[in-house]
Amino acid sequence: MQWEVVIGLETHAQLQTNSKIFSGASTRFGAQPNTQACAVDLALPGVLPVLNRQAVEHAICFGLAVGAQISPASIFARKNYFYPDLPKGYQISQMEIPVVVGGQLEILVGDEVKFVQLTRAHMEEDAGKSVHEEGFIGPHGEASSGIDLNRAGTPLLEIVTEPVMRSAAEAVAYAKALHTLVVWLGVCDGNMQEGSFRCDANVSVRPLGQKEFGTRCEIKNLNSFRFLEEAIQYEVRRQIELIEDGGTVVQETRLYDPDRGETRSMRSKEDANDYRYFPDPDLLPVVIDDAWISAVRSKMPTLPAQLREQWQSEYGLSAYDTQLLTQDRDTARVFEDLLAIVGKPLAKAAANLIAGEFASALNRAGIATADAPLKAEHLAPLLTRVADGTISNKIAKDIFAILWEEVVAGKAISTVDEIIDAKGLKQISDSGALEAIIDQVLAANQKSVEEFRAGKEKAFNALVGQIMKASQGKANPGQVNELLRKKLS
Amino acid sequence: MSWHNTPIALMAKALAAKQVSSTELTQYFLDRIEAGKHWNAYLDVSAHLSLEQANKADQLISSGKARKLTGIPVAHKDVFVTRGWKSTAASKILAEYQSPFDATVVANLGIPSKENPSGAGMVCLGKTNMDEFAMGSSNENSAFGPVLNPWNAAHVAGGSSGGSAAAVAAGLAPIATGTDTGGSIRQPAAFCGLTGIKPTYGRVSRHGMIAYASSLDQAGPMGKTAEDCALLLSAMSSHDPRDSTSLADSGEDYGRYLNQAWQEGNSTANKPLAGLRVGLPKEFFAEGLSADVAKSVNEAAKTLENLGAKLVEVTLPKTKLSIPVYYVLAPAEASSNLSRFDGVRYGHRASEYKDLGDMYQKSRTEGFGAEVRRRILIGTYVLCHGYYDAYYLQAQKIRRIIAADFQAAFKDCDVILGPVAPDVAWRLGEKSKDPVQMYLEDIYTLSTNLAGLPAMSTPCGFNGNNLPIGMQLIGNYFSEARLLQVAHQYQQATDWHLRQASEVA
Repeated sequence: MQWEVVIGLETHAQLQTNSKIFSGASTRFGAQPNTQACAVDLALPGVLPVLNRQAVEHAICFGLAVGAQISPASIFARKNYFYPDLPKGYQISQMEIPVVVGGQLEILVGDEVKFVQLTRAHMEEDAGKSVHEEGFIGPHGEASSGIDLNRAGTPLLEIVTEPVMRSAAEAVAYAKALHTLVVWLGVCDGNMQEGSFRCDANVSVRPLGQKEFGTRCEIKNLNSFRFLEEAIQYEVRRQIELIEDGGTVVQETRLYDPDRGETRSMRSKEDANDYRYFPDPDLLPVVIDDAWISAVRSKMPTLPAQLREQWQSEYGLSAYDTQLLTQDRDTARVFEDLLAIVGKPLAKAAANLIAGEFASALNRAGIATADAPLKAEHLAPLLTRVADGTISNKIAKDIFAILWEEVVAGKAISTVDEIIDAKGLKQISDSGALEAIIDQVLAANQKSVEEFRAGKEKAFNALVGQIMKASQGKANPGQVNELLRKKLS
Repeated sequence: MSWHNTPIALMAKALAAKQVSSTELTQYFLDRIEAGKHWNAYLDVSAHLSLEQANKADQLISSGKARKLTGIPVAHKDVFVTRGWKSTAASKILAEYQSPFDATVVANLGIPSKENPSGAGMVCLGKTNMDEFAMGSSNENSAFGPVLNPWNAAHVAGGSSGGSAAAVAAGLAPIATGTDTGGSIRQPAAFCGLTGIKPTYGRVSRHGMIAYASSLDQAGPMGKTAEDCALLLSAMSSHDPRDSTSLADSGEDYGRYLNQAWQEGNSTANKPLAGLRVGLPKEFFAEGLSADVAKSVNEAAKTLENLGAKLVEVTLPKTKLSIPVYYVLAPAEASSNLSRFDGVRYGHRASEYKDLGDMYQKSRTEGFGAEVRRRILIGTYVLCHGYYDAYYLQAQKIRRIIAADFQAAFKDCDVILGPVAPDVAWRLGEKSKDPVQMYLEDIYTLSTNLAGLPAMSTPCGFNGNNLPIGMQLIGNYFSEARLLQVAHQYQQATDWHLRQASEVA
């Protein structure tokens, strides 16, 4: 039987604000336990929540970026359940009317552009953290768990998709695109180790062609793209095997264990809480008028999708190239800076440089694009000197490596022309000099010459390679080709 | 000088004229509190804290920095959190709880300080008894024993602000704060012969008020006269950025109309209320109202008529439904508001338990009284999946209709007059066996909380057993100053509010 996989994701993105969503306590990560929990976060008697305006603006910003509707009056509701790291005994969230409704996100799966439809995005507060370590002793001497409320009240945006993804690869592509977008917009710092961006995956399978969805399982708290992919792949296999063995999938919440590479049942639907949602009477509806939306829109950066479309149509770049160039705002900025110097005709070469050498050098060195020591003005001559025939592509790559070494060694950065002169890297375009080299090479490689004459095109390339080698890479490849053809004909 | 019979309006004058010091006044009331312990009006008194504040108030007065109410003692309902005094909401679950901050009401009225530069400079006498978490109509639901009615110790003081009412009625405080979720200021004021006002929802900050039902809770003053209430309310209310439901500050002097005629330019001395239309809702005078109360309220209506007002009949057709609506919505909110009392971070925790669930269960069962447990159960039930639409949502819809009914009535009248409660204070224990019987006592007060309207209680007579009767004045949104004006004019023409219980005088 052929199976179809159905996946929907719920992503919690921590909204980047200085203070918590309903209190003035700091949201900074890594402080000593409970040092960033004020009376409101502790839910002391008499405290009340007051909504953080910045959190709402981030939500609006996200909604606009995905082409969603912004609710003119969204409602905060209380989700009631008891847990020691939930101080009020309820979480303030949004239920019936979320701040963001609908929208879609463009993703690239392989070479194919797809759109993932969003159901909604709503604001809510995070809970605190239970710390299960040895050494915590309760009031009666019993072993206990610790509670750290620093996280309690951290603003989150929960972004929910429709069940439209059909493979783990699609889900990962979506999660990556979403991650790029929220970081791009500045609404989330995207730090997955610190829990700023985490996904829950709803996974089900059904026989290909069947209309009804299968029973789904929700895998909670996946905090890396790799875990997301592995967890979904495991879960899909598990469900298919279960059904094929005559069993049925039970709706439940599962956890992924990365050490064992498997998902495990956490609680079944029967054990699920009745959260008794109702509108929070301590908070007013979040009224968002057109003026507020316009103000947020005016501060928004150009979106990655807009840049991709623009660069594809204006510069003829591929979907793949533009995807790489818009992986984050800093990369896009370097590309734009570079393009401003070298001009539109060199767009493809600029894209190759940024997405190629430049990105991989930064990646190897573990340096963020924003902190890149080589700027557009350092890089631009590499492209212009190739374009005007001074150096070959190959030499340009070598020069980039030299520049990078200088940077790593903490030396003053040379100009590209200085390196060309100092190392004598200028391309040989003088046909007399080139012919001399070619003649030498032909004389030394009679076998290849014969092979070529016998019809082996490959032998031609081998000869070009030898000529380039003999010229230490400086021979103008176009001219070499031309001259060689002439000589062999 | 018998300061306990003196309205704070006069006390302020005596302080300003240096006829008495704040320290003397404070000591006077502390002595009376000590001697009047049997009323069980206070839950926590700390003489040295009060005298410390009085000393600061005296310094403010002598250095010319005093405000209108500086130096006057005030008692706070224990639902307001305070630094220094325990804040228990009359519950065992918070029996030893000390708040690290003051409620906005407490700060607004208190001694000015760096964090609270605009404090009125009043002196806190202590925390008054109440029904646990403000749930009750008789003050019999306090974990620390019932409050006795100063007019007759065998009767209840009313609730939930029974301690504040008894404290003022027994002369243990010149004025007190209360809160009113379904009548908890107006009904004990009526039962103890006082004046009390529940302002428009949002007038007074709920920050630092231990929440019962957030969409209904509203604080207000309880005193001897409408003028005193106007003074205290003016100092209590403010916009508070820490309460999202707090109204923008109008900086109102709620006493600005007290001595004015209802209509501008009316100079007929004996008809100050000419032009005022007083609406009498027929549903408020129907079956269930005791003859004594009906008689007194009707006489009060006549008095207002004599003062120039015109009486009109109005209708509030959903009055009866306010009871089920209230007893769905208030418990629903309460069930959630009281979830934070879980024994984890503060408050009572059971001494022995097997696991987390057992700890929750035992701590909460031991910590909450029967009525609080009942309302948590009701509230939990009506919010449950499958019942929400039938109960909670339906109740919210009727709530809107009730509010709309008031707006319709206010087309024909300026204020609504009716009884506060069907009868006078009942005997201790008389209704505690039957919670529904107790809930029915709230029939005339609940609807204003549901609508968010201001309403007040002022004395208008006594029954055959010399127990006080109160009348209720309900106004449209933001009309507190007008309500107080009508009550003040009524009090100029009557002396019910000046009567003292024989044991107290």
